Amino acid sequence: MTTPKLSMRAVRKSFGTNTVLDGIDLDVAPGEVITLIGASGSGKSTLLRCSNLLEPIDDGAILFDGDDIAEPGLDADPIRRRIGMVFQSFNLFPHMSVTKNVAIGPRKVLGVDKATANATAVELLARLGLTDRADAYPDQLSGGQQQRVAIARSLAMGPEVMLLDEITSALDPELVGEVLDVVRDLKADGMTMLFATHEMAFAREISDRVCFLHKGRILEQGPPEQIFGDPQEQRTREFLQRVIDSGRL
Amino acid sequence: MRSTKLIAVAAAATLVLAACGSDDAPSGAPTSEAAEAETPADTESQTTEAASDACSNTIEDGVLTIATGNPAFFPWVIDDAPESGQGFEAAVALAVGTQMGYSGDAVTWVRTDFDAAIQPGAKDFDFNLQQFTITDERKATVDFSVPYYTANQAIVALNGSSAEGATSIADLKDVKFGAQAGTTSFAFITDVIQPTQDVFAYDDNVGAKAALEANQIDAAVFDLPTALYVSGVEIDGSSVVGQFPAATGGTTDEFGLLLEKDSPLTPCVNAAVQALTDSGELAAITNEWLSEFTGAPVISE
Amino acid sequence: MMQELRTGSGPFRNSLNPMDSQTRREAYEQRQRRRSIGIASASTAVVIATIVVLVPRAPRWDRVRKSFFDGDIFTDSFPRLLEAFWLDVKIFAWSVPLIFALSLAIAISRNTRSPALFPLRAAAVIYTDVFRGIPVILTIFLVGFGVPGLFESRAWSNPLIWGSAALILSYSAYVSEEIRAGIEGVHESQRAAARSLGMTSAQTMISVVLPQALRRIVPPMMNSLVSLQKDVALVSLIGPVEILRQAGLDKSKFANFTPYVAAAVIFLMVTIPCTRLADYLLNRERRRTGATAVS
Repeated sequence: MTTPKLSMRAVRKSFGTNTVLDGIDLDVAPGEVITLIGASGSGKSTLLRCSNLLEPIDDGAILFDGDDIAEPGLDADPIRRRIGMVFQSFNLFPHMSVTKNVAIGPRKVLGVDKATANATAVELLARLGLTDRADAYPDQLSGGQQQRVAIARSLAMGPEVMLLDEITSALDPELVGEVLDVVRDLKADGMTMLFATHEMAFAREISDRVCFLHKGRILEQGPPEQIFGDPQEQRTREFLQRVIDSGRL
Repeated sequence: MRSTKLIAVAAAATLVLAACGSDDAPSGAPTSEAAEAETPADTESQTTEAASDACSNTIEDGVLTIATGNPAFFPWVIDDAPESGQGFEAAVALAVGTQMGYSGDAVTWVRTDFDAAIQPGAKDFDFNLQQFTITDERKATVDFSVPYYTANQAIVALNGSSAEGATSIADLKDVKFGAQAGTTSFAFITDVIQPTQDVFAYDDNVGAKAALEANQIDAAVFDLPTALYVSGVEIDGSSVVGQFPAATGGTTDEFGLLLEKDSPLTPCVNAAVQALTDSGELAAITNEWLSEFTGAPVISE
Repeated sequence: MMQELRTGSGPFRNSLNPMDSQTRREAYEQRQRRRSIGIASASTAVVIATIVVLVPRAPRWDRVRKSFFDGDIFTDSFPRLLEAFWLDVKIFAWSVPLIFALSLAIAISRNTRSPALFPLRAAAVIYTDVFRGIPVILTIFLVGFGVPGLFESRAWSNPLIWGSAALILSYSAYVSEEIRAGIEGVHESQRAAARSLGMTSAQTMISVVLPQALRRIVPPMMNSLVSLQKDVALVSLIGPVEILRQAGLDKSKFANFTPYVAAAVIFLMVTIPCTRLADYLLNRERRRTGATAVS
C-alpha cells in the first residue's frame, strides 16, 4: 500500500458562521483521478482551495507525500510549486502574452533562465495545440483556448498533483470538448488529479473514484459505475436525478 | 443634438445680458467727479475755507481713514496699535491728520497689503503709510505726498556670514541675498549690487527673516530702521553689516504718504506734511522715534 | 414593403446603384451629422461674434485691456518669464520620480497583510492622513523654512531641496492613494493564480498585481501631475524666483497685470497638451476594456 499522494484527515473549514467543510477524510493515490461532484455550496471549490493552501483550514490535517502541510505557520510557497491549480475563470495574466504566461512560473519561482523557460512553454503549447496563439494576449483568445493556456501554465511547473476547479463551467458548450481532451491526455500521462465538475458524462469516463459532497462532507464515494449506476445514499440519488432531469447526464 | 443647440443659444443670450448689465456701474461716478472738479477752481479765490473744503473730500464724510500694513512693525508702529500714536509712522500720521483738521475720533485706521496698495484702482483709505518709497514707476498708478522721511538701504547678516566686514559693493558680489519682492530693497540688490548668485524673493520681510535664520541666504536688505530692529531685537547673532547712503547707486529712499491716483486730497496732504516739516514738528517726531536707529557702518561704491 | 426593406430597394434606398448603397440608418445619420455640424458652427459663430462685438463696448474695457492685455509689456515680460519657468520645469522634473517612488512604497506598505508589518502599515496610514490633511502651502512653509534651520551647511538648507521635499511629501500622499486604488482594483483571482504557481507575495505584487494596477491608474495620475505642474509655483514662497514670482516682480515694476496673463499663457502651453494626453490615455484604456458605447 503506497503512501497516498494527498490525504485529508478530518478537515474542517468555516467562513464566519458558515461551515463549508465539515470533516473531510480523503486519500488520493499517486496517478489516481478523483472527481468531486455535488450541488453548489457543497464545498467542492473550498476543498480544492484548501488542498493547495490558498485557504487555511481550521482543523484537521492535509498530508502531502505523508507530510502535514496544513500546519499553521508553515511556508506554503514550496508546497504550491508542486501542486498545480486550474480555475473556473482561467485567471490568465492579461498583461502577458500566452508564452510569457506559461513561462513566468518557471522563471520566477524555479529560477529557470528565460530561454529554457520559453522553450518549455513553446513545447507545452504545441502539445496543447496552441502554437499559433503563442504571441497572442489572453483577451484575444477564446474561452477554450484560454483554459488550455491555463492548464499549460500549471503544467510548466511540473506539478505532482493537479487541482481542477470546474474548469469547463465557464465555457461555451462547443469549447468544452477541447479542454476535456487535454484532461484525458493528462490522465493518460499518469497525472494525479482532483477534479471538481458538473460534466457527469466525462466524470464517468475518466474517474477512478467519484466523491459526492453534501453540506461539507463526503456523503458517498466509490468507482463511477457505482456512484452513477447504483448510488447508495438517498441524497446522491436525488442529486443525480436533478442532473439527469436538466439533461446533463 | 437638440440640447447642444439650446446650450449655445443660452450661452449667447447670457453674454448679451451680461454685456448690457455692465452699463449700470459707471453711472455713479461722473456726478461725484463733477462735484470734486469744482473744488480746485475755488481754492484760488478762498484760502482757509477752500483748503478745508479740499481736506473734506475724504472717502467717508467727516472721518479721515488712514491705512498701514498688517501687521505694522517696530519702530514704525509700536505693538501693532497705530491708533495709539506710538511709533514713528503712527505719530507722523496723526500729526498730518491734525494739520488737516481731523483728530481723535475723526481718525480711523485700516490695514492693507503692501503690494495691493501700490496697484492702480480705487482705494478704501484716504492715505496709506508703510514705508512706501516714492518712485517714478509707482507715481504712474498712485499719488505720493512730499517725503516725510529719508532712509538708506541696509544689510542684515548672521554673524560669521560671507557679508561680514564688507566695505564696498565689490565685497558683496558673491553674497547670497534675499529681500521682500517688489520693494526698492529688492531692486537695490538686483540693480545696484548685482550679485553673482540668484536673489531670493519673499512675500514679506518675515520671509526674508525666516530665510536668514534657516541659513538659506547670507544677507537680507531692508531700510535702515527696520534693519536695526531686525538685527538688534528679532534675530539673535545677526548684525547690520552696513548701510548704503544716497551716493551709492543714487537710490535714496524717500518715504511718502500714498494716495489714490489724482486724489483730491493730495494738495491738502502735501500742505500738511510741508507745514510739519517747516515747523520742525516732523524733525521732533523723527528724533523721538528713530534717533537710535541711524548708526551703522557706511558701505561705499 | 418587407421585400423592399430586405433588399434595400424602393424608398428605403438612396441610390439605384448597388455598389454605393447606403443603409437607411447610414443615410439618416449622415443627415443628422450634417445638421449638427451646421448648428454647431452657427452657434459658435454667434457666441464668438457676441464676445468680440459686445465685450469691447463695455464701458471700462479700455482700462481692463491696458491693465491686463498690454502688448508691449507682454513682449517685454515674456522672455523673462520663460526663463523663470525653466526653474518650475526643473523642480517638476526631479519631483515626479521621487513622488512616484515614495507613493509606490506607501501604497505597498498599506497593502501588506502580514501582522509583523503592522507598524509599517500604521505609519503609511498616518502619513497619508497628515499630508492629505494639510494644505500644500502650509507644508511648504513648515518644511521649507522649518527643516533647513536644523542644518549648518548651506548646501543642505537650500529652499529648492526643502520646497521640493514639501511638494513630494504632499503629493505622495495623494498619488499613493491612487496607486492603492489601482492595486485593490486588481481582482483577487489574479493573486490566487499567482500564488498557486508558488510565487511569493513579493513576486505576485511585482510581476502580476502592479503591472495591472499601474496601467489602470495612468489617467488619474496624469491629473495629479497636471495639478503638480501648477503647485510647483508655490516654491516661490520660500525664495526661489520662478515664473509666478517673476510675474509678480514684473507686475510691481510695470504696475500692470499683463505679466500674469503672460505667465498664464506659458502654463497653458504646458498643461493643455498634458490634459489632452491624459484624455487620450483614458479613452484608450476604455476602448481596450471593450465596452461598446451606448447612445
